[in-house]
Amino acid sequence: MKKTDIILLVSVVLVAAVTLTLTYILLSGKGEVVVVTVDGEEYARLPLDEDTQLTITSKNGTNVLIIKDGEAYISEASCPDKICVSTGKADEVKSIVCLPNRVTVRVESE
Amino acid sequence: MRISVKKLAICGVLSALALVLGYLEHLVPLPIGIYGIKLGLANLAVIVPLYLVGAPAAIAINTVRILLSSLLFGNTVSLWYSLAGAALSITAMLALKATDKFSAMGISICGGITHNIGQMIVAVILVDNLKIAFYLPVLLISGALTGAIIGACALPIIKNKYLIKLCS
Repeated sequence: MKKTDIILLVSVVLVAAVTLTLTYILLSGKGEVVVVTVDGEEYARLPLDEDTQLTITSKNGTNVLIIKDGEAYISEASCPDKICVSTGKADEVKSIVCLPNRVTVRVESE
Repeated sequence: MRISVKKLAICGVLSALALVLGYLEHLVPLPIGIYGIKLGLANLAVIVPLYLVGAPAAIAINTVRILLSSLLFGNTVSLWYSLAGAALSITAMLALKATDKFSAMGISICGGITHNIGQMIVAVILVDNLKIAFYLPVLLISGALTGAIIGACALPIIKNKYLIKLCS
């Protein structure tokens, strides 16, 4: 094992660290939208990086959607089981579903 | 170009070894649970001839290994991944060896990393999504680690006097 081998190894770790931070800054949380559907139809489309609050009214009741610090979650719901509230925050894999009110909230990237 | 029968036989044996090592790895995946990370045992059968037999032999052995293993165990998609990784890694390893500033360890590390980068490029083209680049740091580190392990295995082999005599 030569000195240059160690230099190579160290530079690889450095490049990995730099690319990790770069991809994190460039690709994360950018251009993501929160899509709300009621009864299968699109109800609202909101950017994930703007803090807002939206009351979703459907035939059967209401859900209060909060978008804060790049996270989207339901804080209040008129339904009895409150599964959508306990689901927590939505992401690209996990969407929030409220069956009684037929509301879904999911995060999509543009 | 004249190839001696002895060299040809050595290349044949090493090609078979490379194929079996690659298959062995395919059978017993690393229990890490991260997709796309393997030890690269077959790379051992590329680095050793690179030192003991010569660059053309190493390239030939690797090409034979990839074509055979894709034919036997893989499909066209895996062939492209393997070819891209191998082409990039062997070019990089040859270039690094030509500088004569690195030991087999450094060359193996470089091979591990560039192999992963080559496969990453194919993945970006095939999936058409730059977001895969998220995976690049993982592949860089894992390539360096597995490359170092393979390099550590290769060092005693290429220093073995009996093998050097056999291949010269």
